[in-house]
Amino acid sequence: MLDAAFFRRWLAAAAAAVDREADRLTELDSPIGDADHGSNLRRGFTAVVATLESTLENTLEKEPPDTPGAVLSLAGRQLISTVGGASGPLYGTLLRRTGRALGDAPRVARGDLADALRAGADAVAQLGGAAPGDKTMLDALVPAVDALPSSFAAAAEAAVQGALATVPLQARKGRASYLGERSIGHQDPGAASSALLFETLAETAETERAERAERTEAAEGAEGTEGVAGRGGHE
Amino acid sequence: MSDRKPLVGIVLVSHSGPVADSVAALAGGLAGGLAGGLAGGLAGGLAGGLAGGATAPVSAAGGTRDGGLGTSSELITAAARRVDRGAGVALLVDLGSAVLTVKALIADGGELPDGARLVDAPFVEGAVAAVVTASAGADIAAVEKAAQEAYGYRKV
Repeated sequence: MLDAAFFRRWLAAAAAAVDREADRLTELDSPIGDADHGSNLRRGFTAVVATLESTLENTLEKEPPDTPGAVLSLAGRQLISTVGGASGPLYGTLLRRTGRALGDAPRVARGDLADALRAGADAVAQLGGAAPGDKTMLDALVPAVDALPSSFAAAAEAAVQGALATVPLQARKGRASYLGERSIGHQDPGAASSALLFETLAETAETERAERAERTEAAEGAEGTEGVAGRGGHE
Repeated sequence: MSDRKPLVGIVLVSHSGPVADSVAALAGGLAGGLAGGLAGGLAGGLAGGLAGGATAPVSAAGGTRDGGLGTSSELITAAARRVDRGAGVALLVDLGSAVLTVKALIADGGELPDGARLVDAPFVEGAVAAVVTASAGADIAAVEKAAQEAYGYRKV
């Protein structure tokens, strides 16, 4: 089960990945966009992390978001207000709608998150008037959401493959669509950043799994030597 | 109590601060100064009763907060609050993130005044039609219709 701390951790990992990959995202945005995707998303995710951290430090002024839904909604709101480009309302809507779909549950299962992200992806599609195949973030998002019920790793892989599969597509939405056939041969920057989101989701889940396993081992180790034999049982 | 009902407010959202400011000045100027002439022609008969009346509140929300090209949801919500007189607020947008940001703000609710709506119209011509129509005391539905109809004014 995934709690609010897991989602904070995911968003921090996503922010770090966006920061690391900002130049690549902007490079992808140069031939078919206005060369600001990396810097815009970096500004947005930096603000998301700062806001989430400030809610932890500043508990007297406002309650820190203590459910997955509240964490995602706050992050989405922050993206809408700080990104300054089209990716702000698009990613902001994705996170807010996903957060809203998760409701007030203090902990959610991977399947709940898949359902909620589908609602978020539907809202993105509606907002932009786009569908899979239009060479947008949906080309990474939708396959990832489809694969998420299987595993986090499958979702990350589907997102990466979906982003790569935008290369031969002709853009039908956004600024790139003005280029017509000249948009063919370039990876969509929004699909590339969506893949980062799912890669960091899988990394966060793997980190938590490893930590849990370590804690279990430590607890078993404290109980005696029986735990040592049990270690081989972990996949 | 005033015998004037509140006027619809107009917000102009562009990627560029100077574009939004200039279109606001243009629309306000035409609505205030040329109501019976050029602007009246654009907005049809609705501007007829305008002479001597107040100009509808217009606010520009262009560019990012640091003056760059882009869209700021804070500038948009602040502009909408500035022009909200209780009769609704019509938001006109240029393209890309301006469209998406206003749509996202409206879809999620709570940040724009009640009765705020995104009006599907050409930015400059729609702004003039909307401001002239709103200045004539029309309700938000009529303001929206006048702005939308600006798509139909062919130039050749």
